[in-house]
Formats: sequence, C-alpha cells, structure tokens
Amino acid sequence: MTETVNIFIGVLVLLGALLSLITTFGLLRLPDVYCRSHAASKSATLGVLLVLVAALLYFWFEDNYFSARLVLGIVFVFVTSPVAGHLLIRAAYYTDVPLWKGSVQDDLKKKGQSNIVQQMKNS
Amino acid sequence: MAFQILINIMVAGTWMFLKNDWSFPSFFVGYFWGLILILAMRRFIPGRFYFSRIIAAGKLFFLFLRELLLANVQVVRDILRPKLDIKPGIFALPTDLKTDWEITLLSLLITLTPGTLVMDISDDNKILYIHAINMPDADQAISDIKNSFEKAIMEVTR
Repeated sequence: MTETVNIFIGVLVLLGALLSLITTFGLLRLPDVYCRSHAASKSATLGVLLVLVAALLYFWFEDNYFSARLVLGIVFVFVTSPVAGHLLIRAAYYTDVPLWKGSVQDDLKKKGQSNIVQQMKNS
Repeated sequence: MAFQILINIMVAGTWMFLKNDWSFPSFFVGYFWGLILILAMRRFIPGRFYFSRIIAAGKLFFLFLRELLLANVQVVRDILRPKLDIKPGIFALPTDLKTDWEITLLSLLITLTPGTLVMDISDDNKILYIHAINMPDADQAISDIKNSFEKAIMEVTR
C-alpha cells in the first residue's frame, strides 16, 4: 500500500517537473509574446499544481499531517496564474507589441482604441 | 440562493434545539431534513432549488479540471513538435453572459482551455477577444466548447 502511494507521489513530482521544463522550452521556442504566454499560463500552472499536490499527499501519508496551507496555495495558484497571463498579453497588445508574422487574423484591431487606453497613452 | 441556505441552516438549528443534542452529526441530520423540507416547499420559496445549483457547480469544477489536462496535452504537443507549425490569431467571440461574475468565470475557463487565451473584453461586455494558437482547427471546435461552457455557467448562475 505505502509502496504504491510512494510510486504515485514520485510520478506526480516527476510529471510536475517535466511540465515546468517543457514550459521553459516553450518560452524559448515560441515566436512571440502571445504564444509564449500560452505556454506560461497553462503548463506552468499544472506543473506547480502537480508538485504541490504531491507534497500534500506525501506529508499526509508519511507524517499523517494534512497541510491546509498547501490546499490554499493550490487554489491561489489555480485562480491567479491565468489572470496574470491575461493581464500580461493585454498590456503587451496595448503597448503595440507586434504579433508574429505568421498570425492570420486580428479582430481586436476592429475594436478601435477605447477611451481608457487612449488616456493611458496620452498620460 | 443565500436565502435558501439560511433557511436550511435555521431548520438544522431548530432540529438541534428539538433533540437537545449539540453535536455535528445532529446538525448534519437537521440539515438533511431541512433540505427535504425546502425541496418539498420549493413552490413557495423564490428562486430555484439551491442544491441543483451546487451540483451544477460541481460539474463545472470537473469540466475545469478536464480542460486543464487537455490544454496541457495540446500545449506540450505544440512545443515539442520538431517543426513549428502554428498559426496564431485573434478572433472575436460574442457572449450572452451578462454579469461581471459570469464573464470572469468564462474567461478563466477559456484561458485554461486548449489553445485559447482571453486578450480583452469589449466595453459593453458583449464580445470577448481571444488569442488562439492555432486558428484553422480551432474555430469550429472552440465555438462548440464555448457553447458548453456558457451553458454550464448559466446552469449555476440562473
């Protein structure tokens, strides 16, 4: 029983680390800031999440200690990291960071400059 | 919904008074009877039966987890493919959701789905601008997913 749990926890930690590594590859390899943000906001979230879950399970089964702080950490990472990705690419778009040349469509251009953005640029 | 939960807790408290037993199991039994009471009297109480909403929220949570896993499989496939054949683009998605809360939830879900990232929301809360990492195969599939998300969110909030 404990052996199975140990192997399961080991697999979770390895998967999390592997996902973080792949995220790094994605950051180096993808062409522009928007595509990089895809990698950063999705796989980094799940990578950190898996490592935290593994730590939670480890202390639960080995020391019989249920760490509520880890659960809170999981929830916070889960909620905040997509928002961070959203804010980053939004700021990038409105400071005129160009899209990659392979991009095929840009509907956001039609939106025009909203008043708030205009004010931000003038100030 | 909050009103119904309040009624349910009050029924549970009354149950504990009647039994003169101040323990958690007693509260739980009272809460269960209160739930049945509200189910029986839902014609007279405003709003939908709240427990069905809680079930819908649970479904939404599992949808969330499943989409997170699928998104990661897709991102890993895109990154590790030897030849980089992605076609990124930005498209507009009209939405029927009204309140800020619903739209926040929808954009969180979209951000965690395969190949999409919310970039901006129009000033009248009607259109979401979404960056997709692969436009051609995304368009149709994504609008399907979005319909199912919007339905799942409406199940919870209305």
